[in-house]
Amino acid sequence: MTDAPPIIQIQNISKRFGKVTAVDNVSLDIQAGEFFVLLGPSGCGKTTLLRMIAGFELPTEGRILIDGQDMAGIPPNKRPVNMVFQSYAVFPHMSVADNVAYGLKIAGVRGGEVRDRVAEALELVKLGGYESRMPDQMSGGQRQRVALARSLVMRPKVLLLDEPLSALDAKLRAQMQFELSELQEKVGITFVTVTHDQDEALSMACRIAVINKGEVSQLAAPSDLYEYPANRFVADFVGSVNIFEGKLILDEPDKAAVDCPGLGKVYLNHGVTGPHGADVWVALRPEKIYLHIPGEGKAVKAAAQDAPDGHNFARGTIKGMSYLGDITLFEIELESGARLRVSRPNLSRHDQEDFTWDDKVSMHWRADSPVVLLG
Amino acid sequence: MAEQDWKANKRVFAAVSLPTLLWTLVFFVVPMAIVWFYSFGQNAGLNEIHVSGTLDNYKRATEWLYLGIFGKSFAVAALVTLICLIVGFPVAMAITFASEKWRPWLLLGIMLPFWTNLLVRTYALMILLGQQGYANKGLGALWGGASWVKTLVGLQPLPTWEPVPLLFNNFAVVFGLVYVHLPFMVLPLYAALDRLDRSLIEASLDLGAGHFRTILRIVVPLAAPGIVAGVMITLIPALGAYLTPDLMGGTDSQMIANVIERQFKKANDWPFGSALSFILIYAMFILIALQSMRRKAPEAS
Repeated sequence: MTDAPPIIQIQNISKRFGKVTAVDNVSLDIQAGEFFVLLGPSGCGKTTLLRMIAGFELPTEGRILIDGQDMAGIPPNKRPVNMVFQSYAVFPHMSVADNVAYGLKIAGVRGGEVRDRVAEALELVKLGGYESRMPDQMSGGQRQRVALARSLVMRPKVLLLDEPLSALDAKLRAQMQFELSELQEKVGITFVTVTHDQDEALSMACRIAVINKGEVSQLAAPSDLYEYPANRFVADFVGSVNIFEGKLILDEPDKAAVDCPGLGKVYLNHGVTGPHGADVWVALRPEKIYLHIPGEGKAVKAAAQDAPDGHNFARGTIKGMSYLGDITLFEIELESGARLRVSRPNLSRHDQEDFTWDDKVSMHWRADSPVVLLG
Repeated sequence: MAEQDWKANKRVFAAVSLPTLLWTLVFFVVPMAIVWFYSFGQNAGLNEIHVSGTLDNYKRATEWLYLGIFGKSFAVAALVTLICLIVGFPVAMAITFASEKWRPWLLLGIMLPFWTNLLVRTYALMILLGQQGYANKGLGALWGGASWVKTLVGLQPLPTWEPVPLLFNNFAVVFGLVYVHLPFMVLPLYAALDRLDRSLIEASLDLGAGHFRTILRIVVPLAAPGIVAGVMITLIPALGAYLTPDLMGGTDSQMIANVIERQFKKANDWPFGSALSFILIYAMFILIALQSMRRKAPEAS
């Protein structure tokens, strides 16, 4: 990344509530200007981590540095960060302008400058002209923008967002994902967002830290996280995936093979550097499996030719279908009895008519599609 | 639908509400109506009241003597309410922000006095505040200690301790009324503060406000409905307080309820007592009306 020092340094942070360990020895650096996402299931400790950065929780162990300064003993109202709360926490007894001006007035900004900066912040979140509105006259999405403006107007070094989109409906959420990314680029402030929604994380983040049981499971860019998950938890949590247990039977610098009792022989065109005969898991994304109409045997062979004969090929029966418009999801029972999820884009208007329940189908996948996981 | 039927069925509704309605009618509305009629009457013999429609009783109630006592009752009740609010708000906040484990016990502590008869509580307080009470004994011990320390460093000892008059004066009345009414203030405040979204407080801190400013600008305005409810529920009974001024007050600390009591008993002037009672009731009506107008105002704007 850049040579500039990280804006946030989290060093060996642990947080215990009584006997429960919410955050377990986490260390990570967040770079200035980055859109950083903490992703994980509910109760994984991601919100606790965010609240420790804001100063609402004190770490049991470890330390947090913001812009090089140790935050130990510094209360929330003295930290150079601002937070957008999950419930937005817009003050209901103040107008939009008063909400946005609240922090500025405390900071000692006076008169015309307050008005200018409030107007500027509201313009930024597309709420220009809403100054005199009361929060109860606004929709959830608008209230969130007020909360955003109220934090951004403070020009913090870091903006913390706790599940910012969870209370919005699906359409608005998708729109706000774009807007948040755009806003972040425009203001250049480091954003740290907590979410349990992988779509949200993938679409907005520069980098994502996947948190599981208080620990960082993997820290990577969105596409790396999706295409090169480091372990079963990440593979399963980020996106949809088929996971099969198997034994590593071949592992050379330029090829590898895993024998999975459930799926058959899986061939990869790269090494995995695991011990021979080790128990491993193969992860295969549903969209990376090609589905063939029965009787297309020759075509399948041709398509799967980047793998040795008998590899990366499976036969099964369609046991479940769900048509989602843009894609159709198939649940296929393999000859081993295991089930495989396959998704197929509906490229033409009639694609969904190609298959039906109990059809015998064959499938193949490319040699660079499966991911071998050691843990 | 089935469970809604009873609402539609007028007979069931009547059967359920009739006992309460009858009770209220016979033991509240009718006696109040009698008192109201008496207030327009005059004594016609020892046990007879002639309701003549006269306004003399109300005229007499506007004499300076009685207006003064009304005014004083208001002042005492307002002072009691103010002290309850100042003392009760931090208590309510402490309960709200106490841990889950402690909160029920703290609430129990607030409600515990209700389990004891008011008279018993008042006498207990009197034992505490009396000339030879524990409060004076404690103060005396402190005084003695201070005197001893002075002699220790070679100074003249303090003059002998004179007990402070803590009972049978206005101070005792206010003290006793605050003691009795504090739970009435704390409970509505607690109810309002408990509903407060905690993230609003955190947002205020996050935006740079200190704790004091957060309480003043965020917590107090948002607890306003609870404050108004607490003020009303404290002010109204304090205004009509009878037992505390009667037992703990001095000759100059009678409140309007004591004057009313005297009309019905010693003075045997029921019509005048009735008129005073209704003036007090009208005053409370006005207070409640003001409160409900205040509640409606934001909707109109």
